[in-house]
Amino acid sequence: MQFEISDRGKSERFRAAALPYLDDVYTLARYLLKNAADAEDAAQECYLRAFRHFATFRGGAIKPWLLAILRNVCRDEFARRARFSAAQTDTLNEAEPENEGLWGEASQSPETETLWRLDGETIQRLISELPTAFRETLVLREVNDLSYREIADATGVPVGTVMSRLARAREMLRTAWQAEEASA
Amino acid sequence: MTCAESEVLLHALIDGELDAGHARQIEAHVAKCERCAAQLTSYRDMRQALRGANLRYAAPASLRRNIDRSFPSQALTNRRTFLKGLGVGGLASAAAAAGVALVSLNQESDETLVTEAVSAHLRSLQAEHLVDVLSTDRHTVKPWFNGRLDVAPPVMDLTAQGFTLIGGRLDYINGKAVAAIVYRRRGHVINLFVAQSMGSALQTPRLETVQGFNVRRWTSQGLNLLAVSDINSDELEEFGRKFEAAAGSIR
Repeated sequence: MQFEISDRGKSERFRAAALPYLDDVYTLARYLLKNAADAEDAAQECYLRAFRHFATFRGGAIKPWLLAILRNVCRDEFARRARFSAAQTDTLNEAEPENEGLWGEASQSPETETLWRLDGETIQRLISELPTAFRETLVLREVNDLSYREIADATGVPVGTVMSRLARAREMLRTAWQAEEASA
Repeated sequence: MTCAESEVLLHALIDGELDAGHARQIEAHVAKCERCAAQLTSYRDMRQALRGANLRYAAPASLRRNIDRSFPSQALTNRRTFLKGLGVGGLASAAAAAGVALVSLNQESDETLVTEAVSAHLRSLQAEHLVDVLSTDRHTVKPWFNGRLDVAPPVMDLTAQGFTLIGGRLDYINGKAVAAIVYRRRGHVINLFVAQSMGSALQTPRLETVQGFNVRRWTSQGLNLLAVSDINSDELEEFGRKFEAAAGSIR
């Protein structure tokens, strides 16, 4: 019976360490899945998996670890959706213009005068419209506040890829932002 | 540094991820290159705008509650998870009886006693040895213990109160034979262990949670009673009170 008692200690430790990051987990799930109900399911599944694997968690920051698990949950969800919809092409590893490599063509200069005044909801929508790999990197950086190294670990790519994705993501967001302001 | 390099590295600069050497290189480049300087300003402004906006989503309270409840510290879930881990979840739900056992409190510490009782409860669910005498009739169950134990355990019919008598068996706790009277509450088994009180008689009933199970102990008529189940503590408390009331009315 001893393992059950220690199981309860584990549960308390896990609760104290992981629950404070529920908003972070849920936020990333919302951006990745673009749907509140799916995000709730994913967050719940994330915590179940995290608890199951808590014994293998080797300390350090728990937030990137949780977000990496959430990301895997979402990837499974994408795979599930793809099975039900042949048209579904949204995956976390889509081949996007990042093929152009780390030192891609420099973008156009930002000649437009940008006011940088959009409400949070509009910005959320613009971010949600970015291709998944870029959206994910941008959210992990700007919303979840992860370091490049942590993003690299969570998404399973080199830091260089994180940097190029982030540069591209910000460029796309800026373009969308300016278009939004222009149309307002 | 070229503009193409600067294009990527200026983000690292904004994010505070550049080492001092690279930061100096970028700054030197930006000082000479109007276009890259404009990029840097533009992205800095955007970053500030992003930081100033609330871009997070708050997890719904119901989600937080559901997740919180899914951890094993909650008695019910804990036990289910635990039994599932042992691969006896199906058996447990099939056997789904609540067992209450009477235990000799003799010299053993109460802690050992409770742990042993929980083990006995688990054994009864796992070994498909829930009852030796299978009957919902207390007049069948009670006499069965005659000659098997040095006490005559009280056996109450609590069907009307929502606790169905399933039967009884002989069990061992801390090496001593005790009566186990088994009740069922919906899907759940209650083991009520009964043994002669010798040491730590309880003035008032004690309710506790051990290894995810709820345990209620009390002393009555010179006997110690200990109920173990995965039903919630309120229901187990209710069971204890109903049992006492029934036993009191027969006396």
